[in-house]
Amino acid sequence: MADRFDVRRQTGFASMAMLCFFLLYLPIATLVVYAFNDNESLAIWKGFSLRWFHAAWNNSLVIESSIRSFEIAAIAAILATISATMAALATTRTKPYRGLTFKYAFINQPLMVPEIVTAVALLIVFSRIKIWTGYSGLGYLILAHTAFCVPFAYLPIRARLESMDLSLETAAADLYATKWQTFRHVTLPLLWPGILAGLMLAFVVSLDDVVITEFVKSGGQDTLPTFMLGQIRRGVTPEINAISTVFLALSIGIVTAFFFISRKRT
Amino acid sequence: MASAKEIADKAERDDIRSRWLLSAPALLIVFLAALGPLLIVVVYSFLTPGNYGDVKWQFSTDAWVSVLLERDVFDDTLSLASAHLSIFWRSVSLSAMTTVLTLIFGFPTAYFIATRPEHRRDIWLFLITIPFWTNLLIRTFAMQEVLRNDGLINWVLQALGITGHPVQLMYTNFAVLAGMVYVFLPLMVLPLYASMEKIDFRLVEAGYDLYATRLQVLRRIIVPLVTPGIVAGSILVFIPSLGAYVTPRVLGGGTSLMIGNLIELQFGQGRNWPLGAALSIALMAIVMIALLFYVRNTTRSDGSHG
Repeated sequence: MADRFDVRRQTGFASMAMLCFFLLYLPIATLVVYAFNDNESLAIWKGFSLRWFHAAWNNSLVIESSIRSFEIAAIAAILATISATMAALATTRTKPYRGLTFKYAFINQPLMVPEIVTAVALLIVFSRIKIWTGYSGLGYLILAHTAFCVPFAYLPIRARLESMDLSLETAAADLYATKWQTFRHVTLPLLWPGILAGLMLAFVVSLDDVVITEFVKSGGQDTLPTFMLGQIRRGVTPEINAISTVFLALSIGIVTAFFFISRKRT
Repeated sequence: MASAKEIADKAERDDIRSRWLLSAPALLIVFLAALGPLLIVVVYSFLTPGNYGDVKWQFSTDAWVSVLLERDVFDDTLSLASAHLSIFWRSVSLSAMTTVLTLIFGFPTAYFIATRPEHRRDIWLFLITIPFWTNLLIRTFAMQEVLRNDGLINWVLQALGITGHPVQLMYTNFAVLAGMVYVFLPLMVLPLYASMEKIDFRLVEAGYDLYATRLQVLRRIIVPLVTPGIVAGSILVFIPSLGAYVTPRVLGGGTSLMIGNLIELQFGQGRNWPLGAALSIALMAIVMIALLFYVRNTTRSDGSHG
């Protein structure tokens, strides 16, 4: 019997898609393979080795900048998520009020401006504040990261709030729960997956940032991405591949966790 | 005694006030470290450059003039700043080509995903999102591994005997283009998928019943149905391409600069902060225009369906 005519088929689309997936993963695969190359130069494959992972592990600059990256990402993600949760509660499930669209545009503003522009703006302002106050600690980086993480945390939390069933909260109010009790025992548990998603997005976005960090950091405040950018500029050894491979594994881990959390939700 | 309406009004006012309080921390953070500094950039673009970077507090429109024009050292006449113009042109044309190429690769891919059985779509989407959430610098660096003189492409070319010596791919416009297509492809696929998922395939069936060919169905039915996705994807790719900084810096080196790198130069060796500020505002203005175009386009298409 002849195959059923498939109305969804378009000639060549499937092979193009396969090519696309192949091209998406080919560079990453190359990068990972060379991380295990037992050779000083990247060019020639000399056999499998973990020496570059050892080298990276023993490089105090790598370890320091990694710790700094995680410190900044953790603090910025938590601050951004808390303030974004509050803002999301304030901008959903209400009839439109004066300033609602303003707030929405304001909070999402960091998404609409090219990163390099924000970076330059922060350089201008923070370099002056650094001179005035004499303080040049991690505070600037944390504040800058928190600001661009806010919209990433805000969007999933807001989406979750908007798709939530209002009747449960009404029921709680009917049973004489105070506003706080309703929030604590009804809204918050229902909102939790959204908050977690926002927190994870913010964390990954902060961890990935190069441009803003590069312009805001003071001397000796390299994060892992800015450290790598400096190294790539100076010419590379497979150590960078090894660091990238570990970073890659970590990102995939977080994204996979995110994937399963959001899957459970639906 | 207060009427019911007055009580309701007061409750509403209280509600709005508490909503402002709740959103205050987020607004404050964004103001301090994003919006506020942007306003200061506008001010800086109208000042005079200082001798060692930074600015002198003296009003001047020189920075804005030198975005597009340059003053002759000898006779003080103004002419078009060819160095800036060539960088603007490269930024716009590379961004446009990136958008078109991601559309060519992304459209069939998104269609492929959208036409899989429902339980399998998640996993294909997951494969698109993994590179998307991988550090941009790492993806750019991965592209360098492919394009280097002793990288993957040259290795293949030489193994096949097509060339005897490595072809210079790094530090060219091609390298920047390849890098940007690679880096921004997921941003095209995701919105395209979102609109393709909603295609009503009974319309496609009707097309075939009326003896349309596959190409006609694609052109007359599918493409018009997913136009919002095409517009959204194009904007999502075009805007970050225009402001790209890391990809041209790593893959383009000093020879294939884009606006982002030109801005950075003004805060480095060039040390003309007001010019850097003016260039930033100009870049932002282009982005805002593109966004506005997008917003107008989407609201119009929403209206026609409603």
